[in-house]
Amino acid sequence: MNNKDQINEITKEMKLANDGLKENEKAYFCDARPQTYKPLGKYVEKFLNWARANSLWILGYGTGCGAIELRPLMTSRFDMYRWGLAGRPTPRQAGVFVIGGYMSVKTLKRVIRSYEQMQGPKFVIGLGSCTINGGMYWDSYNTINRLDHYLPVDIYIAGCMPRPEALIAGFNKLKEMIKAGETDGQNEYAKNFDWYKANQKKIVKDWNMPDYNW
Amino acid sequence: MQEIIKVLVEKYGIKPIHSRSESKVFITIEKEHLPDALSWLRDFAGFTHLAFITAVDYPEIEKIQITYLVHNHTIHSDLGLRVLLDRQNPEMISVHKLWYAVATYQRELREMFGINFPGSPRLEENFALEGWDDIPPMRRDFDTKEYSDKTYFPRPGRKTYDPREYMKQKLYPDHKEEK
Repeated sequence: MNNKDQINEITKEMKLANDGLKENEKAYFCDARPQTYKPLGKYVEKFLNWARANSLWILGYGTGCGAIELRPLMTSRFDMYRWGLAGRPTPRQAGVFVIGGYMSVKTLKRVIRSYEQMQGPKFVIGLGSCTINGGMYWDSYNTINRLDHYLPVDIYIAGCMPRPEALIAGFNKLKEMIKAGETDGQNEYAKNFDWYKANQKKIVKDWNMPDYNW
Repeated sequence: MQEIIKVLVEKYGIKPIHSRSESKVFITIEKEHLPDALSWLRDFAGFTHLAFITAVDYPEIEKIQITYLVHNHTIHSDLGLRVLLDRQNPEMISVHKLWYAVATYQRELREMFGINFPGSPRLEENFALEGWDDIPPMRRDFDTKEYSDKTYFPRPGRKTYDPREYMKQKLYPDHKEEK
């Protein structure tokens, strides 16, 4: 068995089932699993982390009521562009996903798809207490309690709602973490992929999308 | 308003009438008479606007109550028509032929209360809950806390202490309560 066969064997085993898709749709989607990111050199990675920290692009997807705090953050009083933050319309161009507050099961399904389509390295900010323990919707039949069971969260900003100042503090903290190389959400998601998928599929009951899509 | 009520009473023999004010009246009507009454109200009495449909679950009398609120823009009055349905197998006549937008309300009621509206368009499609497999969540016998606990991985709370017990333990650890 030569090297190429070995690689084929491994990738064959690691293929995703894509059970939720119809037979004729399966060919349209990739069935490879997410892979961990290997850091380049020590100094190259340090430079890259500096660059990443100074160009945090937010996916413009307000998933709950917390997203209302992102609007004043953009406008002249708080002016997030000073810190290199910018909103992007599509997950393909974004690097930061701000989960704004409570998340219903219906939204979570879209959030998972958007998160998986984002380019790595990608970071998740849990905004508001709903993402930490459910907040005021802790006993609701349709909103999740803990975001970290479904997506790897890098930093939480507590509050209901946190004001834009708190958000800025959270973003600055995230920047420090990125510069120190402490944000590992993407690799965590790839490593514990089966656990995350099991949790997601437990609550998203009509799973009619690919298991992983980029 | 009073004349309209009088006509309805003569036509359908309605008994319980709840007048909240001069311009807001609720009546309870038989299930079979409702489409007839609504079309009469819309075409001849000026109640052209259906404000909402809502439902309330009453497990103690084994009924589900649907309220249709119609509004008259000329006399600025609301009229609520209430229908009591059997709770075990609730089925209501669809009125989407009168107001097409009603179909959306009926989809939501079917999902949240399990009320069936035969013939209503797109009734079987998901509205807010996708792939729901429990009893409808707005039924009163649905325990949302229990469902949330078993589904959504509740975060264990912080340890809390009763301050009196805590200080007693701290100051007098050897003290035992006399019984």
